[in-house]
Amino acid sequence: MKIRTLGRHSRESLKSLARNGWMTFASVSAVTVTLILVGVFFVIMMNLNQVAKNIEEDVVIRVHIDIAANEKDQQALKQKIDQIPEVKSIVYSSKEAELDNLINSLGDEGKAFKLFEQDNPLNDVFIVKTKKPTDTMKVAKQIEKLDYAAKVKYGQGQIEKLFKFIGASRNVGLALIIGLLFTAMFLISNTIKITIVARRREIQIMRLVGATNAFIRWPFFLEGLWLGILGAVTPILLVSSAYYYAYDYLAPKLKGNFIQLIPFDPFIYQVSILLVALGALIGVWGSLMSVRKFLKI
Amino acid sequence: MIEMQDVYKQYPNGVRAVNGIDVHIKQGEFVYVVGPSGAGKSTFIKMMYREELPTSGNIIINGVNLSKLRPKKVPLLRRNIGVVFQDFKLLPKLTVYENVAFTLEVIEENPKYIKKAVMETLELVNLKHKARVFPTELSGGEQQRISIARSIVNSPKVVIADEPTGNLDPETSWEIMNIFDEINTRGTTVVMATHNREIVNTIKHRVIAIEGGKIVRDQLRGDYGYEN
Repeated sequence: MKIRTLGRHSRESLKSLARNGWMTFASVSAVTVTLILVGVFFVIMMNLNQVAKNIEEDVVIRVHIDIAANEKDQQALKQKIDQIPEVKSIVYSSKEAELDNLINSLGDEGKAFKLFEQDNPLNDVFIVKTKKPTDTMKVAKQIEKLDYAAKVKYGQGQIEKLFKFIGASRNVGLALIIGLLFTAMFLISNTIKITIVARRREIQIMRLVGATNAFIRWPFFLEGLWLGILGAVTPILLVSSAYYYAYDYLAPKLKGNFIQLIPFDPFIYQVSILLVALGALIGVWGSLMSVRKFLKI
Repeated sequence: MIEMQDVYKQYPNGVRAVNGIDVHIKQGEFVYVVGPSGAGKSTFIKMMYREELPTSGNIIINGVNLSKLRPKKVPLLRRNIGVVFQDFKLLPKLTVYENVAFTLEVIEENPKYIKKAVMETLELVNLKHKARVFPTELSGGEQQRISIARSIVNSPKVVIADEPTGNLDPETSWEIMNIFDEINTRGTTVVMATHNREIVNTIKHRVIAIEGGKIVRDQLRGDYGYEN
């Protein structure tokens, strides 16, 4: 195909958008409505996912070291834990540091524990993180068997439930997004189909004067593309401004908490690109599917 | 130019539209195809531009056997054939100029040439002054002239017309016929299915009469031969 022809196709497709005014409006609105839904939902899902990740990452294994262990024994234990392949990091926390943490976390009431500073009843602790949060239980069981590991704590019983819940909600969210996308595709391709059926005569005539199928398809392809991109404009503006304000409002309240929202930049730009791509894809798919029917010789 | 050898056509619903036709049309001829409604005229004509394929037999256009022509090559065949319909088949969303230019854009002609050729053709059909108008704003005769312009702007070897005057009043029909005559004198083959008795009897050309899917009469400078 000649470059000139590509120019012709672009011109034709834009012209036809303008001349089919109402149909263009209908298709663009269909794209807009669905992309707003997809966009809002996607942003919420991604943030929930982020929160779930925050929670998961907060899960650690606390290995209480036996009081009888001397420094060598501690080193040996640390090495053995380090040898477990799923382990990401080990942080040592002395019993003094543990007591400080305890006192701080209890606030005013904690001051009562200051008495123990002379005779600290706590253990030194290794704080172990796993590469994948879901490996926590497995790793904890392995550590339990090691020498001088007096007690292993990781929120037994609770994190199993937590992981189950997070896993399930992720799946539900994914299913919802996929479902929404399919609905969007149907809705939009149907709208576009109506506009193209109205133009089957045009296609028939193109074929009569000797246009190849590719030549006929091009303007429709581009039209679908423009429809999708035009339809993505409003959702992008809406979703990004809404997220901007929501983030502004929520982020300070979550400060200091281990739960964080996804920062506006670059997240919203990625979402915008996704929405444009999705709109374009749906528009092109819809129009090509509809033209195909009329191109059989 | 156009050759049919023992051509049969049966539609999937069982209707036998063409029942063994042999015909030869030479380059530069003007041929009327006449016959009662449902006699197979339209099928006969549609097979020439490969809208329909014959069930058996050979159709050879410009040396190309249509039965053996791959679907991908059909557009190339159609670029050598201009087709004119009773209902004009113009694109309502395109201007007169764009409708005619369409035929040339399809073959990726250069824009300068397109402009020149379209304007010349519009002049031939006397519609140069209506170039920027949309077809819906024009009369039936004017629309048919555009449709003729569209079919000849790429100088095809054949123009096939399926009752081009069927929707027009007598006076306009004569104008249309004059244009076809003009095209023919420039060397283009014209094949025209028609019910217009007066035209066939006045502007004398070869007449092929089809009845029951067969050629019953093939006469140079013939008459219409039916009572309307």
